[in-house]
Amino acid sequence: MNTIAYRADRPEARRVILLDGVALIFHRPSGLTHIVAPPAPQILEALEAGDAAPAMLLERLQRDYDFGDSDDLDAALKARLAELETSGLVWRA
Amino acid sequence: MKHEFRVTVGSVGFRIGSDWKQPIDQLAALYADYPTPEIPDFTVRLFAQRPWRRFIRPSVMIGGDYMLPDAAPLSLAHGLLAAEMGMNLQMALGQRRYLLLHASAVERDGKALLMTGHSGAGKSTLSALLGERGWRFMGDEFALIDMETGALHAFPRMVSLKNEAIAVMENEVTAERLGPIMRDTPKGDIRHLRPPKEAVARMGEPAKPALLLFPRFGHASAVRTVGEAEIFVRLTQASTNYVALGEAGFDALSSLVQKIPTRAIDYPDTQSAIASVERLWAELA
Repeated sequence: MNTIAYRADRPEARRVILLDGVALIFHRPSGLTHIVAPPAPQILEALEAGDAAPAMLLERLQRDYDFGDSDDLDAALKARLAELETSGLVWRA
Repeated sequence: MKHEFRVTVGSVGFRIGSDWKQPIDQLAALYADYPTPEIPDFTVRLFAQRPWRRFIRPSVMIGGDYMLPDAAPLSLAHGLLAAEMGMNLQMALGQRRYLLLHASAVERDGKALLMTGHSGAGKSTLSALLGERGWRFMGDEFALIDMETGALHAFPRMVSLKNEAIAVMENEVTAERLGPIMRDTPKGDIRHLRPPKEAVARMGEPAKPALLLFPRFGHASAVRTVGEAEIFVRLTQASTNYVALGEAGFDALSSLVQKIPTRAIDYPDTQSAIASVERLWAELA
């Protein structure tokens, strides 16, 4: 399943406001407001570099963030991607 | 329609048409101090469910520019409530100039206190009481946020007192400011209160939002801070037109949440609530 690449809108499609630990995202194409916690905003930022499968996305995120010794990053990232897909903020390329 | 009344509340003009004279006369008495709009923004119609019901067993249907298809009719004795509900409905569904919050508001020194919460939380009663105690009453139902400037615009319609709040305000104001008592309406007992003359005379003056409270009646006195994300969610729920306004509404609401000091307050009685409000206002506004 690692071959599925994900895509997000260009950053101009979102208006993001950070409020005490969460991000409010106004998604311009749908007119919907989303309230998301980390790492959802970071995943969206990482997709600005282009479509990416989970493994490549994790690589991009690890360049900027230290995830410590977590052993199941891959599963966690897939779960977050599934949530973002449900909300319509990412989709399969 | 057979009978008509026009009134400006805040910056919004209404035309209320009715098959019956009684609700129109009651509205004219309660809104005697309010200006008449040249061109109304919204139309409300109170009409008979069926023609013969106008005479035999009068039953008022609510209509207007914006309608709820399944709205139940009210008895003619509750005609004033029907007019109020019709006006609220037009604002809730049709207002696009402002971000509309289901909140009460009072003003002091150019700064506004906003109160929002579920039905029965006491926002309406508290705003009416504060309006008699040195604050300018700006509205008990809708707060209108200007999306360009963030300023709060008044909507001081007549206050809709429910159940226990009726006795509280009967002790505060003279009888000529109160409308007829309507018993056993779908919302319980209702009596309307005419806002102070100053509230009407100055209803064109906006104020800067300076404190937001989420009051809750019936609990021991307590004050809690509320996280910004929770405030945002609660205000989107309190807004009747947030979704329709799109990004302009998002910007206005997120900007308000980031700027305004906010607390949730519990109170066992109105005197404790007023003491809490005054204390928090002195500390935070």
